[in-house]
Amino acid sequence: MSIEAPPSLPATQPGKKVGLLRQVLKNPVGLASLLVLVGFGLIALIGGLIAPFDPNAADPYAVLADPGDGSLLGRDNAGRDILSRLLVATQISIGAAIVALITALVIGVIGGLYAGYYKGWLDITFSWLTGLTMALPGIIVLLAARAVVGPSVWWAMFIFGILMSPSFFRLVYASVSSVREELYVDAARVAGLSDTRIIGRHILGVVRAPIIIQSAMILAIAIAIQSGLEFLGIGDSNTPTWGSMLKDGFDVMYRKPINMLWPSVAIGLTTVALALLANVMRDALERTAVRVRRPRRSRAGAPAEVPVREVTTLTHEDDERSAGRQGEVLLDVRDLHVGYDQPDGSITRVVHGVDLTIRRGEVHGLIGESGSGKSQTSFSVLGLLPTGGRVVSGSIHFEGTDLVTSSDRARAAVRGKKIAYIPQEPMSNLDPSFTIGSQLTEPLRRTLALDRKAAEARALELLARVGIPDPARTFAAYPHQISGGMAQRVLIAGAVSSDPDLLIADEPTTALDVTIQAEVLDLIRELQEDGDMAVLLVTHNFGVVADLCDRVSVMKDGLIVETGPVRSIFSSPQHEYTRMLLDAMLDEDGPVREPLTSGGQS
Amino acid sequence: MNAPLLEVDDLDVIYPGGRGRKPFHALKSVSLDIRPGETVGLVGESGSGKTTLGRAVLGLAPVSGGAIRFDGRDISHLTRKQRRGLAKDIQVVFQDPYSSLNPSMTIEQILAEPLTANGVEGGSARTRVRELLDSVQLPADAAQRLPKEFSGGQRQRIAIARALALDPRLIVADEAVSALDLSTQARVLDLFIQIQEATGVAYLFVTHDLSVVRHVSHRVAVLYRGEIVEQGPAAQVTKDPEHPYTQRLFMAAPVPDPDRQEQRRANRLRLLEAQQEQDIQARAGGVAASELAEG
Amino acid sequence: MLSFLGRRLGSGVVLVFAITTLAYLLLYLGSGDIARRILGQTASQEQVAAKASELGLDRPIWVQYADWLSGAVTGDLGRSWFTGQLVIDGVTTRLGVTLSLVIGATVITAIVSAALGVWAALAGGWVDRTIQFLTVLGMAIPGFLIAVGLVLVLAIQLGWFNATGYVGFTSSPPGWARSVTLPVVALAVGGASAVTQQIRGAVVDELERDYVRTLRSRGLPASSVVFKHALRNASGPALAVLNVQFVGMLGGAVIVEQVFQMPGLGQLAVGATTQGDIPIVMGLVVATAIIVILVNLLIDIAQGIINPKVRLA
Repeated sequence: MSIEAPPSLPATQPGKKVGLLRQVLKNPVGLASLLVLVGFGLIALIGGLIAPFDPNAADPYAVLADPGDGSLLGRDNAGRDILSRLLVATQISIGAAIVALITALVIGVIGGLYAGYYKGWLDITFSWLTGLTMALPGIIVLLAARAVVGPSVWWAMFIFGILMSPSFFRLVYASVSSVREELYVDAARVAGLSDTRIIGRHILGVVRAPIIIQSAMILAIAIAIQSGLEFLGIGDSNTPTWGSMLKDGFDVMYRKPINMLWPSVAIGLTTVALALLANVMRDALERTAVRVRRPRRSRAGAPAEVPVREVTTLTHEDDERSAGRQGEVLLDVRDLHVGYDQPDGSITRVVHGVDLTIRRGEVHGLIGESGSGKSQTSFSVLGLLPTGGRVVSGSIHFEGTDLVTSSDRARAAVRGKKIAYIPQEPMSNLDPSFTIGSQLTEPLRRTLALDRKAAEARALELLARVGIPDPARTFAAYPHQISGGMAQRVLIAGAVSSDPDLLIADEPTTALDVTIQAEVLDLIRELQEDGDMAVLLVTHNFGVVADLCDRVSVMKDGLIVETGPVRSIFSSPQHEYTRMLLDAMLDEDGPVREPLTSGGQS
Repeated sequence: MNAPLLEVDDLDVIYPGGRGRKPFHALKSVSLDIRPGETVGLVGESGSGKTTLGRAVLGLAPVSGGAIRFDGRDISHLTRKQRRGLAKDIQVVFQDPYSSLNPSMTIEQILAEPLTANGVEGGSARTRVRELLDSVQLPADAAQRLPKEFSGGQRQRIAIARALALDPRLIVADEAVSALDLSTQARVLDLFIQIQEATGVAYLFVTHDLSVVRHVSHRVAVLYRGEIVEQGPAAQVTKDPEHPYTQRLFMAAPVPDPDRQEQRRANRLRLLEAQQEQDIQARAGGVAASELAEG
Repeated sequence: MLSFLGRRLGSGVVLVFAITTLAYLLLYLGSGDIARRILGQTASQEQVAAKASELGLDRPIWVQYADWLSGAVTGDLGRSWFTGQLVIDGVTTRLGVTLSLVIGATVITAIVSAALGVWAALAGGWVDRTIQFLTVLGMAIPGFLIAVGLVLVLAIQLGWFNATGYVGFTSSPPGWARSVTLPVVALAVGGASAVTQQIRGAVVDELERDYVRTLRSRGLPASSVVFKHALRNASGPALAVLNVQFVGMLGGAVIVEQVFQMPGLGQLAVGATTQGDIPIVMGLVVATAIIVILVNLLIDIAQGIINPKVRLA
């Protein structure tokens, strides 16, 4: 692995696939549930063979007899041996539930695989079947079916399996549809794989574990429904089930409540064990789920540990242009360390002692590649690190107050009023359920104590200021009704609504097309000059830095390696990393490839 | 060598509108050709149809009109089976190096997939996998690892290796370096060029990044709202564009030099003003208003 | 919004029609010689033929269905084959009991799950883990088993509540409240567990979203962001789960009623199915389908109010 010298990630852990079963066994709850289920499974297999009596042999002289005479658990209201009935009932109840499961699996999984991959009529058929089963409680359907097919628990569970098949269908269908959209399936198609091969290699593997989990849930539901149905007393009295035994016990509740205990325990234990097992499996799956999606820059979820390296920041002297920006110090970050608390109590550090000074009215670029800690630094200043993240040590002085040590209330007073923020992704940063207008006026009314009218007027004024052609219409619109470029202008309007002293812009143009990017950069420049705002511009794009910034700091692995006036950094970079980054820029004036001559222009 | 390898002729792509949505006309009368060993850069902003064009060539987008010819043969309406036969000629590298590799397969399985699908089995497939890793400058021990163990740039190398597996004559690179960090981007681009020089493969290089296009392309086509507004030799299109949209597009990209960027910004604003004036004049002259007014 | 509601109402009517048609055909075609079943094995051939013609069963199935349907749209669902009682009367007199239970359980589910779900999401740590564990248990244990346990412990051992029976709301509101408390609790445990899990998950997800950070960066306090923004966005999927749970509780009520010996739809259903009284069974299918479709519609309206994308679609 010599080629790429990954900028942030050290060697990742070897990708061993830990089996689902092994993970379940390691979890005490999982292990206990599995043992209970294995126990019931064994009884289900051999229950009939080890039953000491005929489960249906009634002894009129032993009605409700106490344990004894070979009847370990006593006898029921018809004088039948409870233990024998319980053993046979386990066999029948679990067997019938498995009939339901297999029916649902066969219909749902095959249908889901097929419909998910090919779409078309099956999709519509199943969505209707789902609609039908959603519109009638399963128990009502089973009661109606009982009127036709008679008291057979096997038939009832077969029908219930059909009713449950949409849940497998939806699961498989959703996974297949989403996997089908994955680029690796497109790549497999382009590579010439047949459909069956794509389903076998790429799709079955993805749905296998969710199907197992769902199966445990369906089995639990089938047992519950079956017991309920049998409890109603509409089953065949010669087919002992847990539900019918519970019914028999319930009928003599006042005389012999203990008779209710055994079937209750059987029903409760199996359903709970199945549910807990499904839960443990789901947790295990979520933990090991390979993150297919690249974490978006703006989300900055739990980042990877960055190795510590003692580096002194190379500082460039002011040149005559940057010397003009010598206002008072607005933001002073000293020796900032940011870390994420891990479940095992350790801290993963991602920023290792950043120093950063921003003066009033200065535009300061913070540049670095993904994982360099630039977004973490800016979130620390805002006091809005993602869950689990915190400032481990260091100070962030804003207008002389240390934001790290000050109270929540003091920090909230600064946030939104004096420090504002422009995010990267315009769409995800607007609440989809509220109009643009209410999202602009709500903070205005709170931070500036404006009344509704004044806030509305100010919001309209701001929308016009950021170049939105029809402010009133945008004010009344919901986020999904406007374009990405407009949404970014709305977010900028929100950020500058309180005339902040410091604007933190985190990759404000990365998600935008280049022509829109130019307009948004122009807008930020205008607003900055109008309000003499300081701007902390977080970006990975040197062009954006060149366009806007007075000073720039280069970040790498949680540290600032070089800082200084923008012209000085561009013309004479000192740090080898800065030089490497600048060299990597595809130079506009470099040689362009000539048209192929061999073919000649047609 | 004279005949084009790929000819896109008057191509229309219309995505049918489902449930109450209107059909979307993604490409309108697009014509383009690529000769063997040539790189054609396809630039455009989001919604321009550049990705659709790449997918149409790969048979992943519906062709509603016109034709796509590969080596003289019309490939715009192939059956899945016929399409599979084309796998050894046309391959792809996608943008996202994270979702384009199946996370649960080892690198060897990923690279061997196109080989076994096309009848290369066992030992010879393994040898080929090693050759491929070597050609994208990854160590041979990478074969037994999973995609998650690699960085973005390394994954993109793996995706390139997969595309090369069958010695294709054309590779569609769809934003193939856009998700990468700057320093990685340059190296992967150089790898693309190096491979082209060694194997003579042609590229359709789809991207929104003008500097990338400039770096790899022999010729450049500019897409805007489903139509090609300008195409020609890279030097001409990128340095001296004729179409007003291309001019605006190239002026909008900031240069990594504060003084030159200041210059460019001023030029851009002048250009916009001039274009606006032209628009007004055109409108006054009764000509339909330029479709290019910003939306 | 109106066209959206119109569409939903239209598809609801179609669904009721589809369900009843399907149920009718399956019940009548699947039951074989109905007149013979009613009269028993001892009846003579003539008696059976006479019974069949009396009930109109000698006509083609489509004619029978058209006849039933034309009655059904006017509220006439026929008569019981055994008691001669009007089906519609049998259903409506018992509907109130079942609906008392199900609506009560739905309200409790909504309140309890909103509180527990948000609490778990915000508190994290052991509170979160405990609530999550309890909801897994609550979802797993069948409602009627909880009902049996409640009767056994609270009503019989401790004598706290009326163990069984039903007191009409009109005859004595406090008596009604006492009589429905235990069945409502038994029904609500499962539903509340499911919806709690959903709300907890959705609130946790919402709080991780980008817009939450942006709103907080504008100086909005965490409480306003959680309760005004995150909870609103989380309630859409929660309502969908509540809808599913309502259907489940409607089914569960049939069994729970039997535990508490309440004269609801369950009583009617058990009697009708064991006898094979198909007009009554059809009446039950129609009644439950209509209730479910109406609740779906209410949930759709609520979704429309919460989610502008639904409303403006």
